[in-house]
Amino acid sequence: MAVADTPAEAGAPKAAIFNDPKVRGAVIQIVLIGLIVFLIWGMVSNAATNLARQGIASGFGFLNVTAGFGINISPFVDYAETSSYGRVYFVGLQNTLIISIAGIFLATVIGFVVGVARLSNNWVISKLAYVYVEVMRNVPLLLWIFIWYFSVLRLLPDKANPMNLGPLGLLNIAGYYAPKPIWGEGAIWIGAALIVAIVASLVLSSWAKRRQLATGEQFPVFWTAVGMIVVLPLIAYFASGMPLSFEMPTASRFGPRGGMRVYPEFLGLLVALSTYTASYIAEIVRAGILAISHGQTEASHALGLRSGPTLRLVVIPQAMRVIIPPMTNQYLNLTKNSSLAVAIAYPDLVSVFAGTTLNQTGQAVEVLLMTMLTYLALSLITSLFMNWFNAKMALVER
Amino acid sequence: MTKKILSAALGLTVAGLLASGASAATLDDVKAKGFVQCGVSQGLPGFSNPDAQGNWTGIDVDLCKAVAAAVFGDASKVKFTPLSAKERFTALQSGEVDVLSRNTTWTMGRDTSLGLNFAGVNYYDGQGFMVRKSLGVKSALELSGASVCTNTGTTTELNVADYFRANKMEYEIVAFEKADEVVSAYDAGRCDVYTTDQSGLYAQRLKLTNPDEHVVLPEIISKEPLGPVVRQGDDQWFNIVKWTHFAMINAEELGVSKANAEEMKGSDNPEIKRLLGVEGEFGAAIGLSNDWAYQIVSQVGNYAEVFNANVGPDTPLAIARGTNALWSAGGLQYAPPIR
Repeated sequence: MAVADTPAEAGAPKAAIFNDPKVRGAVIQIVLIGLIVFLIWGMVSNAATNLARQGIASGFGFLNVTAGFGINISPFVDYAETSSYGRVYFVGLQNTLIISIAGIFLATVIGFVVGVARLSNNWVISKLAYVYVEVMRNVPLLLWIFIWYFSVLRLLPDKANPMNLGPLGLLNIAGYYAPKPIWGEGAIWIGAALIVAIVASLVLSSWAKRRQLATGEQFPVFWTAVGMIVVLPLIAYFASGMPLSFEMPTASRFGPRGGMRVYPEFLGLLVALSTYTASYIAEIVRAGILAISHGQTEASHALGLRSGPTLRLVVIPQAMRVIIPPMTNQYLNLTKNSSLAVAIAYPDLVSVFAGTTLNQTGQAVEVLLMTMLTYLALSLITSLFMNWFNAKMALVER
Repeated sequence: MTKKILSAALGLTVAGLLASGASAATLDDVKAKGFVQCGVSQGLPGFSNPDAQGNWTGIDVDLCKAVAAAVFGDASKVKFTPLSAKERFTALQSGEVDVLSRNTTWTMGRDTSLGLNFAGVNYYDGQGFMVRKSLGVKSALELSGASVCTNTGTTTELNVADYFRANKMEYEIVAFEKADEVVSAYDAGRCDVYTTDQSGLYAQRLKLTNPDEHVVLPEIISKEPLGPVVRQGDDQWFNIVKWTHFAMINAEELGVSKANAEEMKGSDNPEIKRLLGVEGEFGAAIGLSNDWAYQIVSQVGNYAEVFNANVGPDTPLAIARGTNALWSAGGLQYAPPIR
């Protein structure tokens, strides 16, 4: 072989074309791609033939067909029994997004608190955090979902006798019924005031940062911002003649009516998903903090910063570089795990679309393809966002 | 060139492997593996329910046993696959089970667009509602505003939507994947109403903490003809399952039972002779031995025996024959004659 290769390497004109590594590489790749395309084409055409032979309907026409079944939770998408299967898809997607976003937020908060607590010098706190992490992550998630859902159901008062939380609404086994704000004439000013306050806070914070960099003087940004965000809308509220009233839930034969409702299925799933994922996030946070050399903390202390600011200003910003990449995994896991919702009647994408819709139309290939592509897209979007965030948080060397 | 041929050959092999997934002759497959794979529920007393020893009982189970008796002459040559309402059709379509006998409602949509065939009705049912007695509800029309627990992927989910809409009532649907979770949630008080086929309500009521505190409302809001299902496109297997069911009904009508099947072989009645294979070649016509119906009746029993043993008045379910009585007794169970 070595003898045969030598002329080609030397660029001899007589070298056979199939001995040219470039040509050979290209040919192999073309053949490989052709093979893959052929395989996929074979599978698709085979599936189509088999479906036709078995008399199973195919195509995406079913998306326009009336669904005919009810879905209880759909806060943003208008849905009724007369809606189409296409709309069922959006209802499911909406519920998956809601539980994922809420879960990611809550899991991150709990995870950071527990992760920092594990490193606490206080023996009780660090051991409590340790027990939390070990108990949470060593029990299967589906069990946690059942435990939370059914224990929540058992703990709450029954429908006929809701717990009266006074101005906060009613609580019973069918959910939490919060007072629903009814916006009257002129309420738009309250919203405008809120936006003005938020923008002003952002401007203030960037000004304060620049001033601190220039002069070293600090400004109490946090409390000023809180003050503005609370006071400005309040002024607008009174100035526009108090245009806000609340619709209180009222008890009826089959439980409370009216108000804003939080469903126990949502609560059970949210608590289960976020506490479970938080145990992994806590470990990631702990690992990230431990990855920062203790010298940084000592240097910070030497400069006169107390423990809180040291953690907030010195350790965590550096630890973020270690924390973010594995965190992305946990966010993706949480999103995908939310498909366990079907076990406790939360109508997510898998439950209403890959479940009920598939069952009624029998079009498994199309429905599952759509569901898989959706989860793929959600995961890719999350990854892209986290990559962007990671790049932003990366240590900029000066 | 060689590579092309090679890749084409490889592609064809893969395609061929995929194509052989769903073979046409179910009877041959069943005979080759030596047992009937039967899709049943995950536990519905009276229809298909595992007992403490893991033995399945129920009228849906007995239908599968009858098919095994007809094919093998041995009612025990059957294996059961518990399926949720959601997975049942896919399991049958993909060939995971040979026959689906899982209290499944015969509807036009399912019969025509899922690539399946319903082989008869072994239980005429209708959807009902169960509520707590303490609510004081006497009729389903008083249920406006109630929350309703049910299973996903069932006709009940659709019927309840139709019923509340037609009567201009509000409701909240809470749909679980498995019947056990529906029962737990209803038992915990999450829902005011539990809806499923009326037979199912009587069966599931036994699982509640205090069965006496719950009442099944009188309304029947739908027709739910429950029956065995097979894949479309295999007429021989379709005929076997269909006639297994008919044989049990004909046996009841002719007075042939588990106990007297042997002596009935000597009967002078030509209808009984044809049923038990003493006269005619009816078994061969569906690819079975001539005593196929004799095996069914002697090992599993006739329709009345199966009904009474599993759901009848002497069982905890205590369901009367009602619409499931023979046509000659004012019910709907009717089988074409064997001739």
